[in-house]
Amino acid sequence: MNSFDYKKEITVDSAIKAVSADYKAMFLAGGTNIIDLWKYNLAHPEKLIDINDIAALSIIEQLDNDGIRLGALVKNAATAYDPLVEKHYPLLSKAILAGASAQIRNMATNGGNLLQRTRCYYFYDPDVPCSKRMPGSGCPAIKGRNRIHAVLGASEHCIAVFPSDMCVALAALEAVVNVVGPEGERNIPFSDFHRLPGHTPDLDNNLQQGEIVTSIDLPPGKFSKHYAYLKLRDRHSYAFALVSVAAAFEMEGSTISKARIALGGVAHKPWRVPEAEELLKGRKTTVENFALAADRILSGAIGRGDNDFKIPLAKRAIIRACEMALEPEMQIPGAGPSL
Amino acid sequence: MENKSGILTSLTINNNDYKLELLPWVSLLDMLRERLNLTGTKKGCDHGQCGACTVLCDGRRILSCLTLAVSKNGSEILTIEGIAAGSELHPLQKAFIENDAFQCGYCTPGQICSAIGMLQEGKAQTREEVKELMSGNLCRCGANVGIIDAIMQVKEGSGHE
Repeated sequence: MNSFDYKKEITVDSAIKAVSADYKAMFLAGGTNIIDLWKYNLAHPEKLIDINDIAALSIIEQLDNDGIRLGALVKNAATAYDPLVEKHYPLLSKAILAGASAQIRNMATNGGNLLQRTRCYYFYDPDVPCSKRMPGSGCPAIKGRNRIHAVLGASEHCIAVFPSDMCVALAALEAVVNVVGPEGERNIPFSDFHRLPGHTPDLDNNLQQGEIVTSIDLPPGKFSKHYAYLKLRDRHSYAFALVSVAAAFEMEGSTISKARIALGGVAHKPWRVPEAEELLKGRKTTVENFALAADRILSGAIGRGDNDFKIPLAKRAIIRACEMALEPEMQIPGAGPSL
Repeated sequence: MENKSGILTSLTINNNDYKLELLPWVSLLDMLRERLNLTGTKKGCDHGQCGACTVLCDGRRILSCLTLAVSKNGSEILTIEGIAAGSELHPLQKAFIENDAFQCGYCTPGQICSAIGMLQEGKAQTREEVKELMSGNLCRCGANVGIIDAIMQVKEGSGHE
């Protein structure tokens, strides 16, 4: 562990200035991931710029287009239990409450949730190669113990998965990530925020040095009637997903008029296949139709040995989540079934 | 670690005011234990996985191991040492004793602080929901059933006063 300087900044501009001028400086929000990574010698900030007191980023507000804006510094717990979120975007509440523990949700921020790093155990082990930690050194997970690893969108350089639950719901809801940096403001569609590993697994997302997530916009399409977040993991609570599914529908009678399905625990980013969602449009809510969509979502999936089970598991999880979405009131808050 | 200058930090801990000069990387947990000798708060994993270090910060349960002490300047911290009213134990402390809610006791301070936070949050109604919202506190000695019994007893107001 290295020592570091610490400074609190209370405006977005001053925080950006402090970090963009110094590539060894990092932002500190909830700290639940960055402090842990620093303790493991995986992050080496020379300066932490504490942004927790930037009041403008700490609110949830209604937007003119009937969507809502989630401040980047609002805590995960405050977001999940916010009356606007609970009422209009219950899929997001459910996904947040399926992740981490109550203490961590009290600390972790919305912006930080997007920026958390993988929990791949090779990434955490400084004694082995890892192209995410040490670019070009290789991925020992591919021929190693890879029970928790990716089956979709991986590369020969990295098969790590992105661990967030919240982001699976944000992907399904087509959220927009608002960021500000030295070059000005950008509004990034959620599907473009995180990256696939490709040749550069060291890059988790498309943020630039000095850019800060200011807020996340949820569009007016709320999917508040038919939704489900199903999380499958090794223990009943407080574990990362092996496979998770956010499923949401808009219905016209007994016909699906719009479908959204996003997967967690299977790729380097929340996994969505819009063509599979299109397949469900105008169809009935039958197991056969859900299976059709699942096959399309999972086409191209590759198991690496220990994680082969994730492919059939994901198919069944998609079908089950779609069935659950038809009757969301039957779901237990915060909890998913254990394997 | 090399010498860096301390940062003057004001904290209220268990209703006592402190002004401390702290190095930036000192966790709230290490500050409590090593600087103030408040060793009731336990260091289990030191990585946010076990909940033994749970304290209340401005009324909310947090993990002191993943918190930089300097970042809590101006906050009110409550630890296991501060929850009793003088010699009168907190209802959860009594309930833990009555329900055999510990063997080794290492997770107990974190369990109790977490339970105080959970009851204040008011989100858990059923036993299942209490278990879910207490899952950030691991018990490894087999007392978990007693822990949930103790919390349910206080929650349902059937504690012996």
